[in-house]
Amino acid sequence: MRGRIAGIGGVLAVLIVLVVLYFGDFLTNAPPALSAPVQNGSARLTLQTVASFGHSPAPDWVSYLAQDSGGHWHHTTIYKLPAHTLVTVTIYQFDTATGLRNPFLAQVRGTQSGVATFDGKTEPVINADDASHTFTVPDLGISVPLPGVADDAKNQCSAAPCTPDQAHTTITFSFMTPGPGTYRWQCFVPCALKTYFGNGGPMQTIGWMSGQLVVE
Amino acid sequence: MSALGATGGPAGTAPEPRHGRRIFAIWLVATVIVVPLVIWVVGPHIPPVRNSQQANDQHAVNVVLAALAMPVLLFIWVYFGYAIAVWRQRPGDAAVDGPPIEGNPRIQLTWLALTSVLVLGLAVYGSVDLLTKAGAGGGEGPNPIAKPSPAALRNALQVQVIGQQWLWTFRYPSYGGVETPYLEIPVNRTIVLHVTSLDVAHSFWAYELAVKADAIPGNDNVAYVTATKTRSFQIRCAELCGLWHGHMNTTGQVVSDSDFATWIAQQQSQYSGVTKELPPYSHVYYPQPIRRAG
Repeated sequence: MRGRIAGIGGVLAVLIVLVVLYFGDFLTNAPPALSAPVQNGSARLTLQTVASFGHSPAPDWVSYLAQDSGGHWHHTTIYKLPAHTLVTVTIYQFDTATGLRNPFLAQVRGTQSGVATFDGKTEPVINADDASHTFTVPDLGISVPLPGVADDAKNQCSAAPCTPDQAHTTITFSFMTPGPGTYRWQCFVPCALKTYFGNGGPMQTIGWMSGQLVVE
Repeated sequence: MSALGATGGPAGTAPEPRHGRRIFAIWLVATVIVVPLVIWVVGPHIPPVRNSQQANDQHAVNVVLAALAMPVLLFIWVYFGYAIAVWRQRPGDAAVDGPPIEGNPRIQLTWLALTSVLVLGLAVYGSVDLLTKAGAGGGEGPNPIAKPSPAALRNALQVQVIGQQWLWTFRYPSYGGVETPYLEIPVNRTIVLHVTSLDVAHSFWAYELAVKADAIPGNDNVAYVTATKTRSFQIRCAELCGLWHGHMNTTGQVVSDSDFATWIAQQQSQYSGVTKELPPYSHVYYPQPIRRAG
């Protein structure tokens, strides 16, 4: 009898430890933060979006990547920016269009002059159905839609990091950072393949289609 | 020996005090002292803060509920305290079980009658309040049965609240259907909120105005609010809706009529380009496409 109780207690203890470890790992597991290079008093943030990451742990998940000062791409969505500084963002967008669930987000807002440059053309708003992703920081009132490449474009990228010779659109814009704080950002296009309303998987996991701007 | 209404003890012992009367007297004194304190001292601090007609209504209901609940609570506490103080086993007392309790119809009927009157009365009071106060700030679905007065409705401002993971936006159908990420409303004017969602269930909660309505995809959930003070107010999502649920908040403003006119004109100008991209104003939306999501 005593042995049976000890056995049950042991199994329960192991289960509890496993559950604690699982939640501890879930709660503490965050991608590394990448510092945006600063030059002449302004910061530069270079990102890319890919239709499928192409690697473990989720090869078919859509994702953002960020480039460091050495030109290397990192799979992270947490970016460190200096406070009260002009940040110039360049996004190489390698994915095709999905379309916005809410066309309101086709408007550029919160950037310098309220515009962004799409493949060299400056616009305040795009066609909502052409959006592939957005870069939106709700707390700062910043939102920029990212037009997708054509569905029939040649040489489409299938695994990160994508290279400049592959089909893409280039979006640039600038904004001023506020005071120190942590501000979440996210994509507002329902771009998660085969998930509920397109908002599962990479849309619900930090490090893929949303993250934080750590302003310090 | 029964606890209440006992009048005597076994032969050769001191007569048992009338515990029932004692408990009643203590309860009565406590009630006479505490209930006014709850109404006039604690009452003003009971939420919600009175920033809107709906907040005033909810505040009054909460004070009434607290005041009516207090005698019940006090009775339980007084009885419990009395039992511990008077009937506890003292050192040297033999552990003797009391006589079996066979019920007291008078007490049972009184208790049943009092609690029934209290509960049913509050149900009637709450229902009447909901119906006469235009839903008291709660969402009433697409066809509200409790509405503001016809005069208030004629002058009402319609505002659509759109939830999506994880952002609130607001459309003003009487201003060209302009959509903005900010909510501004004029003071002392009835606002008809049409709350809906583009994806999963959210819940629009402007707690400082005491208005709360679920945002359900394909559903037009109507709620009424009339702010009575110019001020800012927090808007939160009150329905666990995914990764950034805790960040799905924004700040709204209650402003004067003239400030509202200026602000809405600015919004129309700022978002004129994207307003053309929006679908025609509708109480619900079924957004397409979800090409990748499939």
